[in-house]
Amino acid sequence: MEYIIEMLNIRKEFPGIVANDNITLQVKPGEIHALLGENGAGKSTLMSVLFGLYQPEAGEIKVRGENVNITDPNIANGLGIGMVHQHFKLVHNFTVTENIILGQEPTENGRINTQKAAKEIKELSKKYGLDVDPSAKIEDITVGMQQRVEILKMLYRNAEILIFDEPTAVLTPQEISELMDIMRRLVKEGKSIILITHKLKEIKAVADRCTIIRRGKYIDTVDVEDASEEVLASLMVGREVSFVVEKEDANPKESVLKITGLVVKDSRDLNAVNGLCLEVRAGEILGIAGVDGNGQSELIEALTGLRKIESGKIELLGHDVTNTNVRKRTEIGLGHIPQDRHKHGLVLDFKLAENLVLQTYYMQPYSKNGILNAEEIKKKAQELIDEFDVRSGQGIETTTRAMSGGNQQKAIVAREIDRSPKLLIAGQPTRGLDVGAIEFIHKKLIEERDKGKAVLLVSLELDEIMNVSDRIAVIYEGKIVGVVEAQKATEQQLGLMMAGSTTDKEEGDRK
Amino acid sequence: MIDFLRNEKNHKFVVPLLSVLFGFLAGAIIMIITGINPLEGYRALVKGVVGNPRKFGEWFVASSPLIFTGLSVAFGFRTGLFNIGAEGQLIVGSFAAVVVGIFVDVPAYIHLPLVLMSAAVAGALWGFVPGFLKAKYKVHEVVVTIMMNYSALHLINYAIKALPGSTKTRSVDILPSASLSSEFLSNITNHSRLHWGFLIAVLGAIVFWFIIERTTFGYELRSVGFNPTASEYAGMKVNRNIILSMMISGAFAGLAGAMISVGTFDYARVIASAEGYGFDGIAVALLGNNSGFAIIISGMLFGALKAGSSAMALASVPKEIGHIIMAFIVLFAAMNYGIKRFLARLGKEEK
Ligand SMILES: Nc1ncnc2c1ncn2[C@@H]1O[C@H](COP(=O)(O)OP(=O)(O)OP(=O)(O)O)[C@@H](O)[C@H]1O
Ligand SMILES: [Mg+2]
Repeated sequence: MEYIIEMLNIRKEFPGIVANDNITLQVKPGEIHALLGENGAGKSTLMSVLFGLYQPEAGEIKVRGENVNITDPNIANGLGIGMVHQHFKLVHNFTVTENIILGQEPTENGRINTQKAAKEIKELSKKYGLDVDPSAKIEDITVGMQQRVEILKMLYRNAEILIFDEPTAVLTPQEISELMDIMRRLVKEGKSIILITHKLKEIKAVADRCTIIRRGKYIDTVDVEDASEEVLASLMVGREVSFVVEKEDANPKESVLKITGLVVKDSRDLNAVNGLCLEVRAGEILGIAGVDGNGQSELIEALTGLRKIESGKIELLGHDVTNTNVRKRTEIGLGHIPQDRHKHGLVLDFKLAENLVLQTYYMQPYSKNGILNAEEIKKKAQELIDEFDVRSGQGIETTTRAMSGGNQQKAIVAREIDRSPKLLIAGQPTRGLDVGAIEFIHKKLIEERDKGKAVLLVSLELDEIMNVSDRIAVIYEGKIVGVVEAQKATEQQLGLMMAGSTTDKEEGDRK
Repeated sequence: MIDFLRNEKNHKFVVPLLSVLFGFLAGAIIMIITGINPLEGYRALVKGVVGNPRKFGEWFVASSPLIFTGLSVAFGFRTGLFNIGAEGQLIVGSFAAVVVGIFVDVPAYIHLPLVLMSAAVAGALWGFVPGFLKAKYKVHEVVVTIMMNYSALHLINYAIKALPGSTKTRSVDILPSASLSSEFLSNITNHSRLHWGFLIAVLGAIVFWFIIERTTFGYELRSVGFNPTASEYAGMKVNRNIILSMMISGAFAGLAGAMISVGTFDYARVIASAEGYGFDGIAVALLGNNSGFAIIISGMLFGALKAGSSAMALASVPKEIGHIIMAFIVLFAAMNYGIKRFLARLGKEEK
């Protein structure tokens, strides 16, 4: 058996678009096979076809050399195919064990034997180094742990072919390297893995071979060993991609945002932001680096008016906005790319055009005296999707839910950058974007800076912070432990500071 | 043909049409099983609706409140609320209209608008309670609206009897200046109870469409209904919008009440139990795809089944057949996802 999975000449259409156009994917047993392609190239669609969620219009699928007809996910499960979706499908107030056995409960005289299952899960968890507590509730564990539960779910169902759809987009760098180890262990135990990711580093790190698709079409399958990151990127985008961000020195001016002694509680009522002080000036990009969970999310929410402040003061362009509502802050000149695109960024059931005016619908020319102006809204929306290359089946009329994750993200970024706010707060603005789109967004952020706007960039990716920012502030346990010039910063130095060491404060700051 | 059915763009109207078709087919099967000739049954139904001008008039009389409760439920759906309380809002609306109709003595051109307005306001206030409880304390609107239905029924029955001049079963007549009825309409339909309410219902559908599709207000209400957290991010007042949605939904139901109390009857009736307009409204909204204009059509359809079922009874077809058909139509309309999948697969098997 040369291939464990063969998807041959697959075609899948959606209204207005051919998401998969004659795509072939062949996976060898025991390999990690990466699937690489731009946002909207059709990766998730192809995997949904393999998992039985969509029926292809043409093509055939072979599993272990035999022709199969996968009409629903149960059949996929039966064939030993498992999938971890881009957005997890877990019941939040159930325990880990309950979630894993859901639909496959081991029964004894009609009663569920949870204990037996828990024991099995513990063994599986140990075997693959997953380290999951079977009795914990989903809502109490981290996103990284939730992902491991999804992995266990597949293993519990004896899956041999594991599909990961952008598993690392939601993980912290630490969790990512752990996931890589887990994957290596899985293939060592005889599993085969299909991995979707936009991060070329990850492909280089774990994958054996890589299939590249572009705009729904098959481009090539390469051995990862022989292909550099640059080659992979250009195969995928169809042009050269530059990884270094080119920019002039910053020319910072007056203060735009001034935070003093800010204290914000998280949902568990603990002080997530704990006496934080920071200043951002016009014409600079200030990056906030830190390990996830050190108060970044709460800081963003407090700055944008989504979370109540315990004490401290926030000044925006000279206005005290400590207790000002969201709308007012937006009007003073705040823009916000939220970290969670589905929770805050988009109304998924709106058409794309409606989402693109989510911040401006009540202003002229999009409406007048409370009456919407459909023509103007469409015009703006079209302009934005052209400029930011937001791709979807039916253009501005597409229901946002039907768009690929990366294109949803691009829509938000387009909306916020286009308003050219005096202060743009960007929370993980390039999460889930392909390298071409990331390059473009970074360029846009720098353009804003050069126009004299201030940008506050919050990201878990140190590369992004170091490449784009002019100054870098490191957050640790709800405080800024130091601010450094981006040009002079080194990864080691930042790493130390992120771990809580304060020895690298700027001169004169030393206590 | 098959391509036409498979095209997802056409599903919007193909699916409801199919639901109706299947509903009538299922009704026919039931009739055959119970030994009735379905052709006869349906002939009686059609005759009962358009057989003579009077019946034709009564068809519109039956449809107007259904269109309004349909709009009420649909407004809720479009803005993320499940308003089961149309029934109760209708009852308080009908009562408010009658009270203003009896006790306020002003010329008709002021009186009638005032009567309608009070019905809408009363319904809106009845909707305010569940809206407020949802916005403020996250109590689910279904629970509260069901409770509000019972409160409305008993409270208003009591209030009607307490009005001066009321008997055990009804209030006195409203002043003529407060009535929707029209001699002209009645005359051209051979003395049916046809009144101006139907035009008001059409107007209501236009207002519905306008608010939802064309105004920034409707945009906000829909946004809040779909995704409250994103709406908050966009600076909308989430709680206020939830309350307003429920109130507007209630206002439509209140107007449905006016259709009955100052249109069909011209007095307030003490009723033993809820008359089901609220639940029918769910069916109307569902079949009408929650869109203003389609609701006029689906309201007319359910109105026809309601008006026609008594005529069927005369042709010795049990009245319940009409209800059974309604139920099947709702069932198929609710299964629209299944029908869509079925349509999408059409013809594929043959290839
Ligand atoms: N359910 C759907 N209905 C209509 N169109 C869809 C649907 N799912 C995906 N599409 C369209 O198919 C195309 C491919 O989408 P897909 O989600 O497979 O992209 P992707 O490669 O996973 O992108 P990303 O990296 O952004 O996640 C997109 O243009 C998308 O708009
Ligand atoms: Mg995807």
